[in-house]
Order: sequence, then C-alpha cells, then structure tokens
Amino acid sequence: MTVLAAEPLLTPVYEYPKSLTHVPTHYCPGCTHGVAHRLIAEVIDEMGIRQDTIGVASVGCSVFSYRYFATDFAQAAHGRAPAMATGVKRANPDKIVFTYQGDGDLASIGAAEILHAAVRGENFTVFFLNNAIYGMTGGQMAPTTLAGQKTSSSPDGRDPATTGAPLRMSELLAQVDGAAYVVRRSLHDVVQIRRAKKAIRRALEVQRQGLGFSMVELLSSCPTNWGLEPTAALAFIRDEMVPVFPLGDFKLPAEPAAAAGAAAGTGARA
Amino acid sequence: MTTDLVIAGFGGQGVLFAGQLLAHAALEADLHTTWYPSYGPEMRGGTANCTVVISDQPIGSPVVARPEAAIVLNLPSLDRYEPLVRPGGLLIVNASLIDRDVRRTDLDVIAIPADDVAAELGSPRLTNMVLLGALLARRPVFTLDHVAKTLEAVLPERHRHLLPANRAALERGAELADAVEVAAATG
Amino acid sequence: MSIELLKGNVAFAEAAVRAGCEAYFGYPITPQTEALEHMARRMPELGRVFVQAESEVAAINMVYGAAAAGVRTMTSSSSPGVSLMMEGLSYMAGSEVPAVLVDVMRGGPGLGNIAPAQGDYLQIVKGGGHGDYKMIVLAPANVQEMIDLTVLAFDLADRYRIVTVLLADGSLGQMMEGATLPPLRPLTERPAWALTGARERDTNLVSSIHLDPEELARFNDHLQAKYAEIEANEVRFEEHRLDDARVGVVAFGTAARVAKTAIAAVRDEGVAAGLLRPISLWPYPEAALRALAERVDALLVVEMNAGQMVEDVRRVVEGRVPVRFFGRTGGIMPMPEEIADAIREVADAAGAGAPEAQPQEVNA
Repeated sequence: MTVLAAEPLLTPVYEYPKSLTHVPTHYCPGCTHGVAHRLIAEVIDEMGIRQDTIGVASVGCSVFSYRYFATDFAQAAHGRAPAMATGVKRANPDKIVFTYQGDGDLASIGAAEILHAAVRGENFTVFFLNNAIYGMTGGQMAPTTLAGQKTSSSPDGRDPATTGAPLRMSELLAQVDGAAYVVRRSLHDVVQIRRAKKAIRRALEVQRQGLGFSMVELLSSCPTNWGLEPTAALAFIRDEMVPVFPLGDFKLPAEPAAAAGAAAGTGARA
Repeated sequence: MTTDLVIAGFGGQGVLFAGQLLAHAALEADLHTTWYPSYGPEMRGGTANCTVVISDQPIGSPVVARPEAAIVLNLPSLDRYEPLVRPGGLLIVNASLIDRDVRRTDLDVIAIPADDVAAELGSPRLTNMVLLGALLARRPVFTLDHVAKTLEAVLPERHRHLLPANRAALERGAELADAVEVAAATG
Repeated sequence: MSIELLKGNVAFAEAAVRAGCEAYFGYPITPQTEALEHMARRMPELGRVFVQAESEVAAINMVYGAAAAGVRTMTSSSSPGVSLMMEGLSYMAGSEVPAVLVDVMRGGPGLGNIAPAQGDYLQIVKGGGHGDYKMIVLAPANVQEMIDLTVLAFDLADRYRIVTVLLADGSLGQMMEGATLPPLRPLTERPAWALTGARERDTNLVSSIHLDPEELARFNDHLQAKYAEIEANEVRFEEHRLDDARVGVVAFGTAARVAKTAIAAVRDEGVAAGLLRPISLWPYPEAALRALAERVDALLVVEMNAGQMVEDVRRVVEGRVPVRFFGRTGGIMPMPEEIADAIREVADAAGAGAPEAQPQEVNA
C-alpha cells in the first residue's frame, strides 16, 4: 500500500473569502446583500487587492457593510459616498476604491453626487444595489420603485402621474462621457449571480487600468419590505423588475479591459 | 500721517489698477497700506471704485466714510463722491467725460481732460496714469520716480513696452495739476 | 521672505499650499472665488489635488474623504455655501478627521448679498450641523492673519483631529494689504488611523456611527474631554489699548480693525477706550473677557450682524458691567465714525454712574 503523503486527500473548492470578516451580517433572511458582499469579496481575493482596497459605505441597509469587508473603510453621509470616494481616491490614486450604495442613497438623495462623479470620470467603482425600495427605514417608495408597487409611503401603489416612473440609473449614467463601464446584472438566480461576479471583476479591472468611472448595478431582493417569501422575492426580480430594468451592458470601455471581463454580461440589452 | 482716497469710474477705466499701483508704491516705501475694492456681480462696464489708505502706522479701517481725496473718472462717480470728500480735501475730475462743474467750493478741485490727454500720448488706456500724476503733484506721498519704478516692478512682462508712455502720462498729469492754482482750502 | 501686496483670498489659499495642503475641493461663490481660482492653478502645478465640485455639499464630502485618507485638505466658501456644508462638518466631527474650512462671510440671510458681513458667527461657533460638536474657529483681522491663521488652522486640525474654521469676511477676502508668506513646508506623513489600504496592519475605519447608545455616549464624553483640552490650550486674543480703558470694545475680524480707528479717534478726545479682540472665537477668550469686565465701566460689542457674539459676551460677563451692542447688517461695514459715536454714548452712560443699568441696544 502506497501513501502519497504530498497529495491532500481533499481539495478545497469553496472557501470563506479572506476579504470578508467573520462578523454575522444584520441582513434579513433571503436578502441578496449577502450575495453581493460575497461576490465582491471573492473578486478582491482573486485579484489580490485586499490590502490595497478602500471601501466607502453608504446609508441604507448597507450602512454596516464596513463591518463585513476586511478592507479599509469609510462611512459616508447619505448619498455622499461618491463625493467621499472622490476625496479618498484622489488622495490615494494608487489604491482601489469602491462605494457600496443602495437605490435610495444613489438614485435619490445622492443623484447629484453619482452623476458628477461619473461626469468627472472618477476612477473608482460603484456597486449599486437596486431593490426598488427603502429598506432600512422600513419600506418606503424609492425613485426605482415600480409603477403600482405598494410601499409604506405609496400605500395604494406608486402612481407615475404624481410620483414619477422608475429611474434607470445605469441607462442615465451610460450617457456620460466620463463613465467607462456601466452594466446592470441581477442576483435572482445562479446564472445571473455568476454573470454579476464577472461584471464586478471587470469593473475593478477597469478601475485598475485607470479607465474611469465604473458601476455595476445589481437588481436585489427585499423580501421583508416587499412582503414576499425569499424565493418569491427572487421571482419578483425576474418577473417584475427585469422588464423595467433590463439587464445588459450600457457602457463598455473603448478598448477591451481584462480577459476576465471578455465573456461577462449578457451581451446586448435583453 | 495717513492718506486716504477713493478712485472711482467705470469698470475698464483702470480704476482698480491705479489704486493697486499706489498700494504697491506704499509697500515699496515701507509704509502700511490697504486697498479695498468694490466688487459686484457685474463683470463688464459697471461702476468700480477702490479705497486706498496709506499710513506710517498700522491701518485700522480699510474703508472711510469721508475720504480726504477722490479721483472721479465719470459723472456717476462725481455725483457720488463730491458730497463725501472731507472739507478742504482734494477732488480730481476727468473732465473728458464729466461736463458739469464741481459745485462744492471748499475743495481743491483739479479738472483734467484725462482721456484727451491720454489719446494725445498715444493710448486711451493711460487715463488713469494722467490722473494719478495729478494726485501725486498735490499729495506728494511718493515721487513720480518711485511710482514709475513700482510700475516697472508690477507690470507683467508683456506690458513692459508701455513703461515710457506710462511715465509720460504721470508727468503730464502732474504738470497739468501744477498749472491749477491750489484753492484756498480751509479746514 | 519679503512683504508682498496680497489679496486676502489669494493670501489664505497660498498659505494653505505652503502649509502642506494636498487636496482642495471647492465651488465658486463670491466673495471667495479668487481662492478657488488660485488653487485651480497652484495645486496641479505642485502635483496636488484640485477638484471643482458640483456643489458645496459634494465639496465638503470630498474633503471628508481626503481627510479620511490622511492628507491635509481644505475647502473655502462663503455663507450660503457654508450652510450647505453643515452636514459634512457634523460627520467630520463625528469621525474626528482634521480639515480646514475658510468661510469668507457675506450678507444674509438667504441669497442676501456679496458684501462683507459677520452673520455666520452663531452657525460656525455654536455648531450649525447636528449633534454636540465644536470646531476651532479663528478670526483674522488682516491679510497677514489670513496667512498665519490658515497655517495655524492646519496644525491645530491635525493636533486635535478636528475641523478648524477660518472665519473671515468679504472685506478680508477682497482687500489687498502687505503681508509675508511662509516658506513651502514639506508634506505631512499620513497618520496611522488613515485609510491607505490595510497593508501589514489591521483594517482602518473612518466612521461617525455608534449605534449603541452607551457607546455613543462614551464617544461624546471623549469629544467633550478633547474640547475641554482645546479650551485650556488654544485661546487666542489681542488686547489693544486696554491698560487704562474705562470702556472696553469687544469685536472680531474686520469689525475689530475698524474699531481700532474709532478708538484712536475717541482717545484723542480723552475717552479711555480699548479693544479686546477674540482671535479664537471657539475656544472663546472667557478669562480675558471676565478680567476686563472687572476693570472697565462698560463694554461695547461691535459686529457686522444683528448681535451674535454679544450673546457670548453677556454669557461670560454675567451682568458684571453693562454690555451694549452696535452692529450693522446688510453687508454694510461700520464706519469708524459710527463706532466712535457708539463708544462716546457708552462712555457717557457709564460716566453717569449706572453700573447696574440694564444692557441696552445702542443701535441695531
């Protein structure tokens, strides 16, 4: 009997990312914030940039995201993460800087800051979690809330006649010359999650190459405030949100970024 | 010993620069000085004025309610500052643009057609220097030499060729002022 | 180092450059725009950061970010723009990052006008933003102090991890005066707490959130202890002709320098007046003011507002002597003659022998 001492009996295929702390998250069961955190952490691990990365947390459910990433972090005021990230990145041009923002933060109170960060072509990456609602404050209408969607501040359903229609931030920001990479992905099933991860990788590569502003919008679930079971919430993304917020690449760098990103995305807009 | 004056006119007449030149000259002479401009939303053609205070003591207020001297380059400025100059003070008037007489009788008034003099000297932009020359004739805080040297120091390279013309304008203004009899100003 | 004729706005901007400011963020607003313009040229020249922000809200949050990254950073604005910065200032206090803000005050409220005023005293000195926080507030009265106090502002900001405000006004920003600039200093090292990437150390966090009430209370206790230390160490003021004064004028910034001219005038007539000029508005020169109140017959507070610092004077004096007020609003600078009249009135009233007389407005 031969013992191959040098060969491990088991090969790890799935590890806890080094870029995540071991702090249990405060997110609700079925919420996709945890998925997004894990994807970002895996990519940071894979790129070997944990010690060179600085995150900027926003205000909303992701207010505590700084607790969960094992990187340097700043906690910004509501909506101001892109302005704060501008200061962080300009003072640290050789570091990787990202913001992590929800839709109330980014599309409502921080609309000016995100727009002008893109206009200036700020060389950082934005992870934009769009769940069509204000989560932390208990389920109020957001700029991204769907027409007819009931929230605690649109109890009869969002009426576009008086409250406007859902704001598509990726499409908006893709119009800006300074934006290098703007895509929308979803977290509602495994295939989409894998595509999301590739987009996250590509966005950080775009930043690493100094190509300018990059943003990955991630359609996310909010089972608690939507009043749905977690699986039903994922179906809601697929059936209700995707038709309003089509997945796709809205802005790509003029030159191919990294090989890792080449196969990312769903190609043309769905 | 403190001298204070207001220079006022349209924007573009060199009002602010004339004041700055005096302030520079004061610093060159180791005197204390403040230069305080009007600043308004109008970018072009509005009224402009500045207050210059020169003293051998540290200066408190950079503004004065009633200046000891005023140089007025247009009619609105005469209307505004004629009543304010201190009794016995000096009022220098650009007669080229102001066709009314000074009404007050308790001032030393010098009216010079400064725009016309400047044109004779070759540049309409010398108006402010002509009037400054007149001021220095009456208030010899600095010699013309000192002001001309200051001008050489502060003028940007591209304007250096204008130095002789500026010097001539200062001298012409002083001559014209000397030709005016000092009013028997009291108190 | 020679004396140059410098505009106040240019002087403080260049002083910041010399003090090692590595990142400037701003938005155009009269009467401070020359500072932004100076930085737009100077900072890139030195390979440093200049960003014209989309708003003052963004500018102060960019400052917050650069401060979190550990570089010397600043913004400058004027009253309406500073109002927009209150949120960021509170967050910066709550996360103890150092930065410098220059407020070149103009007439308010609202859009008001662009003329010199001192109407932001309460907003800046007492807080303005939410929560229990303080900023060190320095009030220059001439162009040389625009320079010297800007350099000091950066040093104090770093020493105490606090926002330091240079509270100037349109007159100081726009006027030119002879002044000397300091030599260019080397840039400061990044502090250990700064966000620079967690290379060979634990991760750093810059945050103002303390969700647990007990934890937030402890943090507030820490802030208050720091503020007490600043109050003990960083009081600055000038005493001018107070030795034999019977009337003490209390004024800061431009109002103080105009008051000096008025004091010279009334002294020529035999009125013994002098000036206490707070240079640090927080911490306030309380001991000096209290001592002054013990030896004069009356105090006259002169401000370019409807009466803001006078509240601090009355708080400190606690009725020891009558405290009267003369102010001009609207962006109108008080003239020396007006202040002289106010001093004479106060002197007359005090000479009539009514030390217990109620405080009374001379003119508002």
